[in-house]
Amino acid sequence: MLQRLYDWVDERLDITPIWRDVADHEVPEHVNPAHHFSAFVYCFGGLTFFIIVIQFLSGMFLTMYYVPDIVNAYESVKYLQGEVAFGMIVRGMHHWGASLVIVMVFLHTLRVFFTGAYKKPRELNWVVGVLMFFILMGLGFTGYLLPWDMKAYFATVVGLQMAESVPIIGTLIKTLLSGDPEIVGAQTLTRFFAIHVFFLPAALLGLMAVHFIMIRRQGIAGPL
Amino acid sequence: MQRGKGMKFVGDSRVPASGRKPNIPKDYSEYPGKTEAFFPNFLLKEWLVGAVFLVGYLCLTAAHPSPLERLADPTDSGYIPLPDWYFLFLYQLLKYEFVSGDYVVIGIVIIPALSFGALLLAPWLDRGPERRASRRPIASGMMLLAVLAVVYLTWEAVENHDWEAAAEQGEMLDDEAAELAEQVDTEHEGYQIYSDQGCIACHGDQLQGSGAAGPSLFDTQYDVDTIKNIAVEGIGEMPPGLFEGTDEELQILAEYIASGGGAQEGESGEDGASAEDAAGEETTEESDEE
Ligand code: HEC
Repeated sequence: MLQRLYDWVDERLDITPIWRDVADHEVPEHVNPAHHFSAFVYCFGGLTFFIIVIQFLSGMFLTMYYVPDIVNAYESVKYLQGEVAFGMIVRGMHHWGASLVIVMVFLHTLRVFFTGAYKKPRELNWVVGVLMFFILMGLGFTGYLLPWDMKAYFATVVGLQMAESVPIIGTLIKTLLSGDPEIVGAQTLTRFFAIHVFFLPAALLGLMAVHFIMIRRQGIAGPL
Repeated sequence: MQRGKGMKFVGDSRVPASGRKPNIPKDYSEYPGKTEAFFPNFLLKEWLVGAVFLVGYLCLTAAHPSPLERLADPTDSGYIPLPDWYFLFLYQLLKYEFVSGDYVVIGIVIIPALSFGALLLAPWLDRGPERRASRRPIASGMMLLAVLAVVYLTWEAVENHDWEAAAEQGEMLDDEAAELAEQVDTEHEGYQIYSDQGCIACHGDQLQGSGAAGPSLFDTQYDVDTIKNIAVEGIGEMPPGLFEGTDEELQILAEYIASGGGAQEGESGEDGASAEDAAGEETTEESDEE
């Protein structure tokens, strides 16, 4: 049955080359923890991806309840956490995932650095990776404000003050982020929401695609 | 693959009608070492690791519900802010003398730009062909130093933060605690005097006031001395000479009322702030409403 379905689609779209390309990429011995336990360091990238997928999914569920405005944001998070079935788990996964992903991406970066995997011909992939690291930090910063509780608000105030202390363009950055050169309020919350939910995830998805395509093209760096 | 004329396509599409690639896995015996296929061999193992990881992750989530403090209150300027932990290193860095204040440009632009710039451009800074970390000591050393610096700064920030005060200042009161905070301490000596001296008749058994007869005293803006005065001499529509006890009792009563009926300090952030704003006005919010 499944085979016939596959053939039906394959006849029309010739999907075998794509499918074989995905399925057949070889996993060399030196990155396979099943053969060398120390190769677990090669898992960090995959785990980063795994958590990012979880972040996308849990985040999508969070937006089913979350309301991005200063009157209701806090109440909606409180409701989600206290009343909604599994709300606590979903918010918990998103909250802890945000920390875990930083840990994992940090470890992944260190692995790539200390195995010298960023050297020719993989320079571009390193650059894309570092850009994604920045995006993840940005996601952490913007997401922190969204519950609109005390620590969220004041951490954001401090963050914006830091941005403001950048010479020349400081006020510009702050205004861009918070919607006003002075007030941290309703506009700030909606901007952070938009950045957290649309801008940065879109950028992250694009860069992840580029990251993976480059890996598939070049293959994983060889053994040391 | 067939080429040129005589090629057949599926309908009017560009998909060739015959000679399509057969769906069989590659042969890995020619590959070096124990290379294996991603699908299904390696993916299954990855899946196992992923499942174990997910279980640990879920346990973490169940054991530590994500925190939520009380509603943001921009007027509470006494709040000690703290960013999420992965920004602590930067937060801590900016506390040092030569990277903050007049020199903030060094802390906010130069140091981050240099370190993150170096990270971004690492492939061009470390161009040698050698990959082993031990054979390129400068690059590895710099990275180690950077990691140590980040760890140290984060550690310092955690050490310097007053976690107890932080936990208290943001505490979200559950319903019970919130109610307690609204309620006055009726066991208090002051409450005894309050009811004995008859204040209770006009200001209510919870200091909540009783409509026209007397305003709420729950968050009165007056200080102890003024309250002592009012109790003896009256104010506005409140007649003088109501208090008939000793000076000691007067003191206790006034302190009791000034402290909001011995109510627990809780959601005082908001109240305190609005009290400051309204200080000097004659009436409380409650009496305005009436
Ligand atoms: C006859 C009813 C009555 C009694 C009894 C009474 N008060 Fe009052 N009290 C009032 C009224 C009415 C006001 C409002 C006065 C005004 O602002 O015009 C008031 C105001 C006050 C205020 C100022 C409140 C504010 O924040 O503006 C204080 C303090 C106060 N009373 C303390 C006391 C104390 C202490 C006692 C007990 C010794 C007492 N009162 C007994 C009627 C009463």
